[in-house]
Amino acid sequence: MWAFIHKLGSPKWFYGISAKLQPWFWAAAVLLLVTGSLWGLAFAPADYQQGNSFRIIYVHVPAAFLAQSIFISMAVSGLVFMVWKIKVADMAAAVMAPLGAAMTFVALFSGAVWGVPTWGTWWMWDARLTSMLILLFLYLGVIALRGAFTSRDSASRAASVLAMVGVINIPIIKYSVDWWYTLHQPASFTLTSRPTMPTEMWLPLVIMVLGFYSFFIALTLMRTRSEILRRESSKRWVQELVNGQVVNAQAEETR
Amino acid sequence: MAFASFSEFLAMGGHAPYVWSAWGVTALLLVATVWHARVEQRQLLNGIKRRARRANSLRGNAQ
Repeated sequence: MWAFIHKLGSPKWFYGISAKLQPWFWAAAVLLLVTGSLWGLAFAPADYQQGNSFRIIYVHVPAAFLAQSIFISMAVSGLVFMVWKIKVADMAAAVMAPLGAAMTFVALFSGAVWGVPTWGTWWMWDARLTSMLILLFLYLGVIALRGAFTSRDSASRAASVLAMVGVINIPIIKYSVDWWYTLHQPASFTLTSRPTMPTEMWLPLVIMVLGFYSFFIALTLMRTRSEILRRESSKRWVQELVNGQVVNAQAEETR
Repeated sequence: MAFASFSEFLAMGGHAPYVWSAWGVTALLLVATVWHARVEQRQLLNGIKRRARRANSLRGNAQ
């Protein structure tokens, strides 16, 4: 177990294994997102109350799920970095933040657009909407904090602490619809209970959620590899890996 | 199929501006994210290669 964790923490090992895993997650993401989009947009029946505007659910719910999951992943990575000093965990946390911010923005934007025909307003300062806006500010805070230090180690520690503290907002988002009277409806979709939606509406949503998660994993693997190159560019194994390519390129030029 | 024709599909029963703007922004952000990640990767690899090539040629001149 410990040997495995230390292996996982080695940038060189991670760089190799992630290259092998990446194509599978990209393939899954494309397949699921294309299938889910076609199904959700063109084949799922219109809602008897909301008509076709309900099709926004297929981007709104997956984005909101991901926005929260990415923040939790970031906080866990921060904890792993702080406790075990595993650098790859910090690199992963660093590359997750912008995607998390983007997904929070998508959830807020699609929700606002959906609110116009459904609620008659695009924004309300209710608990769910406000706590999601706070999540966006937390993401922007984490990103800004990383850029605010000249020492990378200080930046990493500060960002980890903010992610670990900010994760308190996640249960607040989740239970906001139960704790306060909100305009936002309670969860229409949970993993633990039977869906209240008909299957032909619910299945494309499951596919979209899985597609968004695959996308997140694929992108995080890809960008963590880039982050490894950025931070380890002077390490011998990176030099050897790339030098081999340079030698080949020169050999081809002189041929 | 929930729509009788392609133009009905585009109209989304009068909800076209809402459905297509929400989906459009989502798609745009996902595509932009992948594009950015690809540019980032290419630039980093090229940067490391360029530096190694420069180091190689400096070593060659010294000999």
